[in-house]
Amino acid sequence: MLIGLLPVEGVAGADMDALEAFVTRHYGCATRRLPDLAMPADGYDAHRSQYEATALLKAALLVRPADVDRLLVVTDKDIFIPMLTFIFGQAQVEGPTALLSLARLKQEFYGMTGRRDLMLERAHKEIVHELGHTFGLVHCQDRQCAMALSINVTNIDIKRDSLCGGCARNLAGRLEALGW
Amino acid sequence: MNSTWRILVVDDEVAMRESLAAWLREDGYVVDGAASGREAVEMARAAPYDIYFLDLKMPPGIGGIETMIEIRKLQPEATVVIITAYATVDTAINALKEGAQEYMVKPCNPEEISLFVKRTIEVKNLQRENQYLRQKLTRHYSFQDIISKNAAMHAIFELVKEVASQRSTVLIQGASGTGKELVARALHEAGGRASRPFVGVSCAALAETLLESELFGHEKGAFTGAVARKRGKFEVAGGGSIFLDEIGDISPKLQMDLLRVLQERRFFRLGGTEEIPMEARIIAATNRNLQEAVERGDFREDLFYRLNVINIRLPSLCERREDIPLLVNHFIERLALEAGKQVRDVSKPALKLLMDHDWPGNVRELENTVERAIVTARSATLDVADFDFLAQSPRGGAKWNAPDGMSLAEIEKHAVESVLDRTGGNIKLASEILGVDRSTLYAMVRRHNIPR
Repeated sequence: MLIGLLPVEGVAGADMDALEAFVTRHYGCATRRLPDLAMPADGYDAHRSQYEATALLKAALLVRPADVDRLLVVTDKDIFIPMLTFIFGQAQVEGPTALLSLARLKQEFYGMTGRRDLMLERAHKEIVHELGHTFGLVHCQDRQCAMALSINVTNIDIKRDSLCGGCARNLAGRLEALGW
Repeated sequence: MNSTWRILVVDDEVAMRESLAAWLREDGYVVDGAASGREAVEMARAAPYDIYFLDLKMPPGIGGIETMIEIRKLQPEATVVIITAYATVDTAINALKEGAQEYMVKPCNPEEISLFVKRTIEVKNLQRENQYLRQKLTRHYSFQDIISKNAAMHAIFELVKEVASQRSTVLIQGASGTGKELVARALHEAGGRASRPFVGVSCAALAETLLESELFGHEKGAFTGAVARKRGKFEVAGGGSIFLDEIGDISPKLQMDLLRVLQERRFFRLGGTEEIPMEARIIAATNRNLQEAVERGDFREDLFYRLNVINIRLPSLCERREDIPLLVNHFIERLALEAGKQVRDVSKPALKLLMDHDWPGNVRELENTVERAIVTARSATLDVADFDFLAQSPRGGAKWNAPDGMSLAEIEKHAVESVLDRTGGNIKLASEILGVDRSTLYAMVRRHNIPR
């Protein structure tokens, strides 16, 4: 299995290094860092001062190399879908692409002193969550499982960066079926 | 499992439609999108959805409200959420008035939409469960479950079908164990009241004052111990049915109160001043001969006629002996499964024994007998030996003579006393041994002043 990491312009290189190291460690598979993705012209909504997740996912799909099995797109911009005020990330369930925003994982977003370690910890959990969706996992009722739905950072902080027993078995079965 | 729930997102804006659908799919729901109201209605017609998210404004064609009205015609129980970016009080009121369960202004907080969907699915799960249990109950009390090939019983089934939808009071008369409650439930289930409550009250099991409060409810402070207002069975039954079992055992005062309710179709809670309309249908039952009770002056004649608008008299099991094989097989099928035993059949000699037996406790006694035989059975076919306990009872093989000068009432008293003594006062066990239901046994205890 090959997981590609695609930073959207603006994400700090050091943060991407840390996230790539986590993905390699967590999944024990090969990773490939792709060149920064330019923000698509239709991605920014001036009225909401946010970036539209769907536009980013579409732009990412256009540059996904054919041999990359799963593509993790990372942005430090605050993202949304039209129905919701914000989202932490979005993924195609059983599809190749997942998107993660670091904006609301940072303490600074809430007017607090920045803590990079906490931001990365949250990002790890959300990477397992969003990539979990691409493997076909859906939200889990176990609040500590990485697949639990998070609608605020407190929800994320309760979670672990790993899956509960049920989701882990489900993932193993799905990966085996895919030959990964 | 969320994957059993289907959601349709209807919006002409593709980004809105696809992104909301993708977000909901992460919860495991099956989510489809429609670009217009017309497409949504066609999709709903082809395969219904559980929740519809409809955008209020969808040019061209039909808008969200019109789409909702069309979908409701196809699927009255569907949950519809109207979403809009241009919220006004008027549109919100209009959407809710037309039947939308929720009105959401986009963009909304993820928490809001997530909680709404979760709560809606919880309610739908309960509705499914309720529907399943109702179907199970309907099957249980359907005519098919009152097993009989007896002509008199079939005439009763026809009568029940005929009068089920009417409001007229029904009086069911029959000995203990003949299935009076089963017929009452069949009356309820076969009529237009099936979706409303069926409330049963055993009049013999409660003391007069308790029964009064049980039937009519009471206000806070109506009597010592009335710490809060309580709704009575008439109120709880609403537009459903109220089943008054052992009606022949109620006190003269309650007879009068009941007559008033039947005449005026309204009542007061105990200690209350608010008049409450009585909408429930009354089904009364008794194992006593009410006509004789009227002649003796024990039961009000006017109440008897009010109750006896439609009369159903259930035959005893002895009057329908041809049903015994059918009933035995039915009980074996059901009770062996419940007891986890491999019993499947009954031998011919054993069946003859059961056919020849007198069944004073009627179908209930037969059921208890089969159950007891199943519990101790060692093979898949019940044989005569499995029913040995029948021969040990006085009414078995050996001839039993009543002591000289002893009336039937005295024999009944001795029988009840003796069984209660043997069971250490355990009413449930005693009622099973005597082959009567508990309310009947309570009535006997009271009638004979047997100390407990």
